[in-house]
Amino acid sequence: MYRYDDFDRQLVLERTEQFREQVKRRLAGDITEEQFRPLRLMNGVYLQLHAYMLRVAVPYGTLRADQLRQLGMIARVYDKGYGHFTTRQNIQYNWPKLDEIPDALLDLAKVEMHAIQTSGNCIRNTTTDQYAGAAADEIEDPRPYCELIRQWSTFHPEFTYLPRKFKIAVTGSPNDRAAVKVHDIGLRMHQNEAGETGFEVLVGGGLGRTPFVGKTIRDFIGKNDLFSYLEAILRVYNRFGRRDNKYKARIKILVHEEGIDKIRELVEEEWSQIKDGSLRVDDAEIAHYIEQFAPPAFEALSDDDADFERHKAENRRFANWVRSNVIEHKQPGYAIANVSLKPIGGIPGDATDTQMELVADLSEKYSFGDVRVTHEQNLVLPHVKKADLFAVWSELDKADLGTANLGYVTDIISCPGLDYCALATARSIPLSQRISERFGDLDRQHDIGELKIKISGCINACGHHHVGHIGILGLDKRGKEFYQITLGGDASQDASIGKIAGAGFSEAEVVDAIESLVTKYIDIRDGGERFIDTYRRVGMDPFKEVLYGDR
Amino acid sequence: MSLQVVTANRLEDGLVVFLTSDGGWSENINDARIAEDKEAANALLAEASAPELDIVIVGPYLIDVEQQGTDLVPTKYREVLRTKGPSVREDLGYQAV
Repeated sequence: MYRYDDFDRQLVLERTEQFREQVKRRLAGDITEEQFRPLRLMNGVYLQLHAYMLRVAVPYGTLRADQLRQLGMIARVYDKGYGHFTTRQNIQYNWPKLDEIPDALLDLAKVEMHAIQTSGNCIRNTTTDQYAGAAADEIEDPRPYCELIRQWSTFHPEFTYLPRKFKIAVTGSPNDRAAVKVHDIGLRMHQNEAGETGFEVLVGGGLGRTPFVGKTIRDFIGKNDLFSYLEAILRVYNRFGRRDNKYKARIKILVHEEGIDKIRELVEEEWSQIKDGSLRVDDAEIAHYIEQFAPPAFEALSDDDADFERHKAENRRFANWVRSNVIEHKQPGYAIANVSLKPIGGIPGDATDTQMELVADLSEKYSFGDVRVTHEQNLVLPHVKKADLFAVWSELDKADLGTANLGYVTDIISCPGLDYCALATARSIPLSQRISERFGDLDRQHDIGELKIKISGCINACGHHHVGHIGILGLDKRGKEFYQITLGGDASQDASIGKIAGAGFSEAEVVDAIESLVTKYIDIRDGGERFIDTYRRVGMDPFKEVLYGDR
Repeated sequence: MSLQVVTANRLEDGLVVFLTSDGGWSENINDARIAEDKEAANALLAEASAPELDIVIVGPYLIDVEQQGTDLVPTKYREVLRTKGPSVREDLGYQAV
């Protein structure tokens, strides 16, 4: 895995010390809140409903065991014993004290972690496929390119004050698990006709109050040219992006208002000026980064393991976990094990200090010290021998981490909502808990199959409701929480934005409404259809009818 | 007009606080000084917005409250949550004490 070089280490330490001084000056009254606010935001420190919140970057969702263990320690020492994994593959702490945050950042720096690029109008932490380097379906590990994007974008002097925040996601697989089409820039690795590996570049995707699926600005950009091309896009955005209105400042609005052809023209023109400059990365340098993410020392194993099969036959709960949470690995005899942070009735994405430490220990023992954070708010042990899966699951299960529900109706994305967030208009977590309890029976979840429910507590859409097969948006209606349902969203390679079904539901009504949609789907589905497939075949009307009848 | 009090977050730890009758800040909404009319509310907010309080609290604003028995209760649910803590973690926040 990538290790910091001296330059990275110095950069993070200097930033930590800078922030310590800034906090000291703020507490002494040498700078005002107005002056301090942008500085704290640049270090991932928000002020939420009940307390400060510290958002820590997990670049491209990859963690080492020692890093996850440190995240657990920070939860215990600086917070109230837990953290919340987010749709940005990051972790948030909900209760840190301002005067202690510099110490927390120093403890993070000790394991090469930080809160840089987790806030502010900069290029944010790059996200990618949580199965990178392990997935059987990937063309190449996308993380070397994510790391190069990190190095290019961190403290980029030209892009520190963009019109608005800017998010880049990368997939190395045709099966998009990183929602690249709903990011400011999405990169999809593929091969051109000459057999070279490069990227399709999409721009202008995004969620929030104005959701869009990204548009292709270039079918193919070679690896060597990727970074100058990204720079050209950012330059065009930085120059023409709207600074007059915060709500129109994202690149998606620029692309929408100007049209993709016009933006392409501007980007190509800019790119022609810089493509042969210092941002052209040669093969040797790329090879150096690929080497940093070289596969671990896999053993040559048979893909069939007799003990694994025996445990599955003997233990139904284990077999169920394998069925949903274990994914095919590219290396024979190995598997990808998903650790659900969605226990039935639990809080999506929350993990305690000891749970983090346990997963860190298990990764060390069984997964080459490698852990991933998913944008769907779960964790992954990416490289587990099939022969070890039963031992891993047994340990996870004892710690309430063995829930067998990946991709099912109870594997809900939920933002923190009004329980924590200063921007929220309604709560999202309690709703996700009630839906999880309603559908908690595993046989029922198997029957329903893949169903992605995503809940946001306000229009900013941190809970990705626009791309939920069923999306739920919590709003405030004259002081009461109410919930709008959208149908037909999809974050995958077949991305689509969900459509609003109709009038919203009260807190008391909404779980029944969701259940009626699921029941309708089961009634009318064709064999093998997922909820989203049925919706695409029959459209909104049959679902609208069960929600509203003659209303 | 509804009764109003001033709330903010404390600079040092970010916790929710309320402006009290002696010009201090309390974690308990029942200690809050109540404004009964618009003029009093404006005066309360002006007092809370004094530049010298910038090193004590962040972002003061007025909220509507009701007297329920001996308790002051915000009329908006968002503010009720701020006086208690997350509804999904009753072991945390002021409600836990």
